[in-house]
Amino acid sequence: MELAPLGDRAVMITLGHAIDEATHRLVRAISARLDASPPAGVVDQVPAFLSIAVHYDPAAVPGDSHIAPYERMADALRHALADVRPDESVAARLVDIPVCYGGDLGPDLEDLARQHELSADDVIRIHTGAEYLVYMVGFMPGFAYMGGLPEQLVTPRRSSPRTAVPARSVGIGGEQTGVYPMESPGGWNLIGRTPAEIFDPRRDPATLLAAGDRVRFHSISLAEYRASRPNS
Amino acid sequence: MTIRVVSGGLQTTVQDLGRIGHQRDAIPVGGAMDRVALRTANLLVGNSEGDAALEASLIGPTLAFEQAAIVAITGADLEASVDGRPLPVWHAAHVPAGGTLRFGKPGIGCRAYVAMAGGIDVPKVFGSRSTYVRANFGGYEGRPLRSGDVLPTGEASDRSARIAAEIRPADNAFAVSRWSIARSLRPRYGEEPTVDVIPGAHTELLTAEARGRLTGTAFRVSSSSDRMGYRFEGASLALRERLELKSEGVAFGTIQLPPSGSPIILMADCQTTGGYPRIGEVASVDLPLIAQLKPGDRLRFRFTSLAEAQQRSLELERDLVQARVGLDLHHVS
Repeated sequence: MELAPLGDRAVMITLGHAIDEATHRLVRAISARLDASPPAGVVDQVPAFLSIAVHYDPAAVPGDSHIAPYERMADALRHALADVRPDESVAARLVDIPVCYGGDLGPDLEDLARQHELSADDVIRIHTGAEYLVYMVGFMPGFAYMGGLPEQLVTPRRSSPRTAVPARSVGIGGEQTGVYPMESPGGWNLIGRTPAEIFDPRRDPATLLAAGDRVRFHSISLAEYRASRPNS
Repeated sequence: MTIRVVSGGLQTTVQDLGRIGHQRDAIPVGGAMDRVALRTANLLVGNSEGDAALEASLIGPTLAFEQAAIVAITGADLEASVDGRPLPVWHAAHVPAGGTLRFGKPGIGCRAYVAMAGGIDVPKVFGSRSTYVRANFGGYEGRPLRSGDVLPTGEASDRSARIAAEIRPADNAFAVSRWSIARSLRPRYGEEPTVDVIPGAHTELLTAEARGRLTGTAFRVSSSSDRMGYRFEGASLALRERLELKSEGVAFGTIQLPPSGSPIILMADCQTTGGYPRIGEVASVDLPLIAQLKPGDRLRFRFTSLAEAQQRSLELERDLVQARVGLDLHHVS
């Protein structure tokens, strides 16, 4: 566990140097401990692949005012997190996401299949056959970075990103797969679309996916997709 | 009480101090770009410092007050006036029923804050009234104000009532407070300010030449700057080695260095995570100076220590407490 300042209002806790499940479990465990017993002055935390950023209010950190708030916060964090074990993290949820693959909803499916000398059905079978892990949520509200993509489907990002990827598009970018919560520019290869809302600020919880979730995709027909979204 | 929007201006949004506790879902903190201006505007009208107010950019809105109101304007001087009479920045004012608040041309700075007693009472989304335009939530219907909008205000505090009683003249006409926010508390806005920068995770990896340029040149603000980030033209900076970084947390004030070599300063609406090298972190007390820069303005950087930046931050907090106490003593007497 290495601590370093991230400006004058946050501490970066680095927990590993490679994206793997062991580092992820430690990130989850530290995150859970910070939720359960946050040191005074902590206002927010951002778990990521290898680290957790802990945001704090320097004026609210207790202790000796002759010592800089960062030093006091770093001490409090080291103390609070000293005995955290990677197996402390909470049980993972399994989230099942329906996807209508190919066609207008997944315009890159055929091309991606060709690149790997597979049929479109093979790609769907392989994509739905794996279980994915949400390592972190970043980039835009509710966007889950998922690992666990089978090697046969690893595909570089498109050479020219789209200016507008439709909301709920399911894509593959490098070794990761994910779902765009809302329309945005994006360079991932789009293989399908889900009728499920990934981010809805009026819903509680607003985001469908959180760090630590296990995810599976299952294939639905265009008719089923349309039936799930009668108004769109 | 309600306020009718006659004209929305260029980009006027409802903002408070942002969303706390949702960054793990990649929901940005958002909130006022110039936190000191927002907090002091609220102080002047007797609100809590984090109440929602309007953030006007470059071209301010035109607002019609159907009932009398206590209003304060802080931040950039956008030449506010009520029915032709100037409303100076850093002051509170009594706006009579039927009064219309208008803005003129910006001089130095680009963002003015308009606070009203009771605050702007729009629904909270993820614990905040701040407008997040990119995802269309928060604030007034998730978007900048436009003609025909009607803004509700909350219930005025006892403190606001005391302030109103003091400013309001016997004839209920427009009047400006005799007191204002102390000059020492007003950020020193300029068209070429120098801001303090705390070393970042990758500052040591800058080439000697790049480090010299970072502190030795003025960076010109690009027109593609916005509430998410400020971009700069001119000097290009390089690292001694190519870094492959994994996305991780960033903050308001993080200076990123994308492959183009032109730094980007992350601002209030920045993403919660980023994957570019971090060559510095702007001291939080100096963020208002950046928030007020217009395209074409320039910015200079100077390195400081974390301890010094935090000392300045604690001094600002003490000054804000004193300002509140000072206002309270003034109105009790």
